Amino acid sequence: MLNPEQIEAKLDRILLKVQKPGRYVGGELNSTLKDWDKAQTRVAFVFPDIYDIGISNVGLKILYDQINQRDDALAERAYAPWTDMEALMREHEIPLYTLESKHALACFDLIGFTLPYETLYTNALNILDLAGIPVRSADRDETHPIIIAGGHSATNPEPMHAFIDAFAIGEGEEVIHDIINTIQRVKGQKSKVDGDLRPSTFDRNDLLLALAQIPGVYVPKFYETTYLEDGTVAHTQPTTPEVPKVVNKRIVAKLLPPPLKFIVPNIEVVHNRVSVEIMRGCTRGCRFCQAGMITRPVRERAVQEVVDAADAAVRSTGFEELALMSLSSSDYTYVNELVDAISKRFEGRKLTVALPSLRIESVSIDLMDKLKQHRSGGFTLAPEAASERMRKIINKFIPDEDIINTTRDIYTRGWTTIKLYFMIGHPSETIEDVQAIVDLSKRVLAEGRKAAGWKVKLNVGVSTFVPKPQTPFQWVSCDTRENILEKQALLKRQLLKDKNIKLSWTKPEDTLLEAWLTRGDRRMAEVIYSAWKRGAKFDAWGDEIKVQTAWLPAFEEHGLDPAFYTHRQRRTDEVFPWEHITAAVRKNFLFQDFRQSLEGQIRMDCRLNCYACGILPTFASLRRENPGEGWKCPEVKSPAKVKSEKLAMVSEQLPVVGGDFCELNW
Amino acid sequence: MRARITFSKQGALRYTGHLDLHRLWERAMRRADLPLSYSLGFHPQPKISLAAALPLGFSSLGEVLDVRFNAEIPTEEIAARLKDSLPPDIKVTGVESVDEREPALQTQVLSATYDAHLTEPVDGADLMRRVEEMLMAENLPRERRNKSYDMRPLIEILNVITESDGEVWLQMKLAARDGATGRPEEVLDALGIEPEYTRVERTRLIFQR
Repeated sequence: MLNPEQIEAKLDRILLKVQKPGRYVGGELNSTLKDWDKAQTRVAFVFPDIYDIGISNVGLKILYDQINQRDDALAERAYAPWTDMEALMREHEIPLYTLESKHALACFDLIGFTLPYETLYTNALNILDLAGIPVRSADRDETHPIIIAGGHSATNPEPMHAFIDAFAIGEGEEVIHDIINTIQRVKGQKSKVDGDLRPSTFDRNDLLLALAQIPGVYVPKFYETTYLEDGTVAHTQPTTPEVPKVVNKRIVAKLLPPPLKFIVPNIEVVHNRVSVEIMRGCTRGCRFCQAGMITRPVRERAVQEVVDAADAAVRSTGFEELALMSLSSSDYTYVNELVDAISKRFEGRKLTVALPSLRIESVSIDLMDKLKQHRSGGFTLAPEAASERMRKIINKFIPDEDIINTTRDIYTRGWTTIKLYFMIGHPSETIEDVQAIVDLSKRVLAEGRKAAGWKVKLNVGVSTFVPKPQTPFQWVSCDTRENILEKQALLKRQLLKDKNIKLSWTKPEDTLLEAWLTRGDRRMAEVIYSAWKRGAKFDAWGDEIKVQTAWLPAFEEHGLDPAFYTHRQRRTDEVFPWEHITAAVRKNFLFQDFRQSLEGQIRMDCRLNCYACGILPTFASLRRENPGEGWKCPEVKSPAKVKSEKLAMVSEQLPVVGGDFCELNW
Repeated sequence: MRARITFSKQGALRYTGHLDLHRLWERAMRRADLPLSYSLGFHPQPKISLAAALPLGFSSLGEVLDVRFNAEIPTEEIAARLKDSLPPDIKVTGVESVDEREPALQTQVLSATYDAHLTEPVDGADLMRRVEEMLMAENLPRERRNKSYDMRPLIEILNVITESDGEVWLQMKLAARDGATGRPEEVLDALGIEPEYTRVERTRLIFQR
């Protein structure tokens, strides 16, 4: 294997031949280069897309800091090289390496991928291959690193089960330490042999079995799936009694202090900003939203902690932008206080503050006003659907009049551009619901013109809904390509006539690819492998030709029908491929919520009205051991006794919205 | 105040281009809490000007920039504050206070010196002969980006140096005036040396005084 000096010498020969060579050299402020020889455990974190995108990922930054704070371990980074660089690396036989020390990825003990979205799967395979590591888990031995993955798409890990040794389900801050400790325990102390650090002998299977016993860690090789005749899953079961039947996600009781020393790239990237997470989880319960379902319960950070962290991080990076991150800023309990404190602290300093995901109400405009944002930047709102009927179905209910009044107010108060985000392809959507997007958009613009004149502009972003695992819509069929095209044609025909409206949309091919993968089963692994072999990579970059040349032939090769994964309403009693993985929101709850959506019933914010999604009992003892202001689920009296007392008292506390009942068989 | 900062640019920073370097300095000044002056207007720009663009891939021992601050700060303090605010491959080697009335930094550059190390062994005597031929020539017509020019007057010094261990490298001083800038990679190309087998370092920028 090439050593770092050899890799660097080879790089010098090729770097001037590629676009943006600064992507491949590291040397950034705030990156961490530790003594290689002193670390017992070496971890490489990989974001499987290009540097320009991956560098800003906060999740990996948190884990990177967690490992580098340990005396006995180090963490470095790698990203997917762009195609020009990949071709040269293959030609010159340069293995994929980390940016910090330029060690080949294969030299590490552990490689951790983040897989926030499914269209990164082929890139992950390509990265393993570029690193000279067998792509299939089964082909790896004791000389190879352990390959783990986490991120939102790990809530259905099955399509990647053949390639990833272990998945971390849920939040990674604590489980990563459990994983490192387990690796150290099983591998034993490294010893010097011929001047080289060598691990003691260990058995890879023993290590994987030990990892499988860590709460929140799923090791696919110890599970087996059987299928029914109709192709659906019969069950997925452990092949050994030592692993859990169901892997429950991990959470942290209290959000760790946010990262302060963000890595500052030496070249231009997509997001040059400090991100501070103000809140994790969401209580709104939008039925299409996977993040909102899988990141529960809601935990908030104190205002003072956010402001101090933002200040320190802005000072340590010199970035021009601060993003206050959460799934729903308006729901942060002290959002007014936060905005006041931020504007006071950063007064007179050149800083743009982003407060995404604001509710459609005038209060949001007051918040943005206080942050003194450039009105040229546009104001973003996400009604997600344009008819009141449809907004009830997706459980994001806002009356039309609120949208009109809020947008009119935004234009009146000086913003010239509003961005409205919608989705098409929601369950039971008709062409009238799509027409409603046109009508609402035109009305917003017309009202804006009346209030603020002809300079007002509207950007309409229309993506296509993809049913996701672990959500109330996991049972529904994805819209067909023909329907999507018809709906998009209507939007283009009617909206593009007005030159003050800009329309953007998602290519149907991208939607279908995501839809195939997100609810895929274990058989999908072979499709991913074949598609990658046929040249699929950078699937998130919208190259629709690959669907024709790589993905569809891959399905055919393995005798699988793509429509089985996308265009099929699931049976109510269907066992899902991800049934043995849980984000702690019960399937029963999701199903009930799905049924309510069909009846057009909404569920309000669950901060006050608990609907018994399953989060409270799952994390009851964690919460009891770590009480605090941060938890935003309602208090439940003596949670330890709840189960035994048949929940009688709890059910009395739970108001019911929409006349439906709350099932409480936790 | 107007301060002139001399710095080295090495390692990974060789692959950071001119515009990105400008941005990098802006952020470094902000991290160092130095009171940067900004231009007026709709898109205020920090008043930082780099003396001469360094081609991508070259390292440098002596880059120079001028920066304007809203307050007077002792030069030692500027250097001290910048020390921890820069990425590891940029080191400040000097800070001085400059008269505000001096003309723009870029217009004062006369020439630049470079060392070009060859990463593949070459025949020293042969290279020496080619260099001599080049220096004897009255004109060296070249074409770059479809424009023809004469390279000869841009070469002020060109030396072949043979170390006692046999290593051969080149030392050059090229004109770096507005509209008359000699490029080391062009000189190397004219000598038949492929740029991918060289490692070029700018050693100094020479200004009019």
